[in-house]
Amino acid sequence: MKYLNIAAAKPKVGVFSLTCCEGCALQLANKEETLAAFLSAVDVVNFREISSDKSDDYAIALIEGSISREDEVASLKAIRDRAKVLVAYGTCACFGGVNRLKNVLDFDWMNREVYGETPKATSPVRPVREVVPVDFEIPGCPVSKAEVERIVTHLVLGLPFAYPVYPVCVECKQRFTVCRFDLGELCLGPITRAGCNAPCPAGGLGCWGCRGPAEAPNYEEFLELARSRGIGDAELRERLSFFGGFDSAYELAQDEPLAVRPVA
Amino acid sequence: MLFRVITKEAFRKFVNTLLSEIEIIAPRKVATDYTGRSIYHYLPVDRFEDVALDYDTTRFSAKTYFTPFKENLASYSFQNGDWTQSIRYRGVTRLILGLHACDINALLKLDKVMARGPFPSPHYIARRKNTLIIGIDHDPCAGGFCRSLGTDTVTHGFDLFLTDLGDRYFVAIDSDRGFSMLQEVENTEVTEDDRVEYSAVRRRIAKGFTTHVETHNLPNILDIEFESPVWAKWGAKCLSCGTCAMVCPTCYCYGVSQEFSMDFASARKNKQLYSCNLYDFARVAGDHNFRARTSTRLKYRYYHQHRGFVETYNEPMCVGCNRCGNACLAGISPPEVIADLHMEEKA
Repeated sequence: MKYLNIAAAKPKVGVFSLTCCEGCALQLANKEETLAAFLSAVDVVNFREISSDKSDDYAIALIEGSISREDEVASLKAIRDRAKVLVAYGTCACFGGVNRLKNVLDFDWMNREVYGETPKATSPVRPVREVVPVDFEIPGCPVSKAEVERIVTHLVLGLPFAYPVYPVCVECKQRFTVCRFDLGELCLGPITRAGCNAPCPAGGLGCWGCRGPAEAPNYEEFLELARSRGIGDAELRERLSFFGGFDSAYELAQDEPLAVRPVA
Repeated sequence: MLFRVITKEAFRKFVNTLLSEIEIIAPRKVATDYTGRSIYHYLPVDRFEDVALDYDTTRFSAKTYFTPFKENLASYSFQNGDWTQSIRYRGVTRLILGLHACDINALLKLDKVMARGPFPSPHYIARRKNTLIIGIDHDPCAGGFCRSLGTDTVTHGFDLFLTDLGDRYFVAIDSDRGFSMLQEVENTEVTEDDRVEYSAVRRRIAKGFTTHVETHNLPNILDIEFESPVWAKWGAKCLSCGTCAMVCPTCYCYGVSQEFSMDFASARKNKQLYSCNLYDFARVAGDHNFRARTSTRLKYRYYHQHRGFVETYNEPMCVGCNRCGNACLAGISPPEVIADLHMEEKA
């Protein structure tokens, strides 16, 4: 198969889930209008959400989810050994994601809360790159299928792919969204990598940073800005630690108790 | 230039008649900010009552209706080892109602680059020619410094331009299209009273400016202050978010990319407006970045606006609307940055 004399590859792909909601895998099986074309461009040999076939012969492994148990380390290392290219996809795989919130809690207490008298083995949550070498990361909670398609079209034609380096603000402006800061709210848009087309601010929710930091973010000024709008460091820390991509910004904010707000 | 007078009631009927014929873009209130100030956008309107002609400024300029944030430049389809190209220009007439003088002056500046420059854009020309413009005078908006840049009045680049005389509008006609449109509506000759009132309104507006930017000798001062600590000071604040360029009525820099469809049967060439403040604006092959520092990128936006454009076109690119200053979350505004440069000169 050739397009404009460029031979297209049809790589064998395995899709694997670690600790997560499998929402990113669901995204891969989503967007029905181009799903058939998507599945023709790649050869899916292992993907439990769409097929019961299970093959260990794949060139590309897509990993969603974070690592929260030791047995996941073993299976991840086995996948790394088999795959030529290992892709961490989704915020959990790239940064630890929401699961990472457990790292600051007492593990015994947490185990009892969830499993009662039958505790399970558990370990601190880690992103994929802290366990095995990662060749490529696709951030997002969930990943954007449109972006995955762009990456795949580049991949099969052998063209370089680059994420936007700029923050979400550009995309908000380009769709006429009123700035959440103008409405007196907190938004991580000015420090978060664009590429999602800014659906959250347009839908009425300030950015929570699921795509991780933009290139060369200005954390000091961002914290100044938030403080000047009356947002406390505790709220900033809560927001910055939510998805896990902003550790160095988190460290710049002060450790202070979160103000208790009345529940509506 | 021809002048006529039209009552506000006649104007309302006029707009409603136009609404049944063409798309109208006009200032609309979309939200109230946390300080209680109204936020307006230029958006399509369905009825005259949605139009906020008494708006102070919009958060976004109207440039997106001429050089859109995202625009398809060409489409390609691949068949039997060959390909075909398809290019579509926007040919549908629409009206932008309520543009202020600064924004019409901004279009005149864009015309010089996009319509009459060495590489004219047929996409821009199609949109410009097919867009009718009815502008309107207004009392100075907070922070606006258009008078410092000579863009607080406008003498061409529109079809009709209104000045509010209370119960009626004083109308300047600048095109045969504008003249023809007025034939459809009741209007009168300008009387001595109208002239006197118009002059009084213009004097009131001219006296109302509170923000001044010293542009005297600015291109030379920018050159002299190339290494000034002023750039490091403001650069340290810059979030490199590109908001200033997005809301600016004259920033036109863009990037072009190509995108395949998932079935590889077609592709699109897309244009996207960009900003010189974004990290990779001057990044080139080999990952070399000529402007890796925030302060350098910020500086070059001022250089393009107030120096480079002056060298080419004998006028600054900036029209003094201060949208960039209003929108900047880090509080960087041209009046303050330029005042700092002048202080540096005197020090």
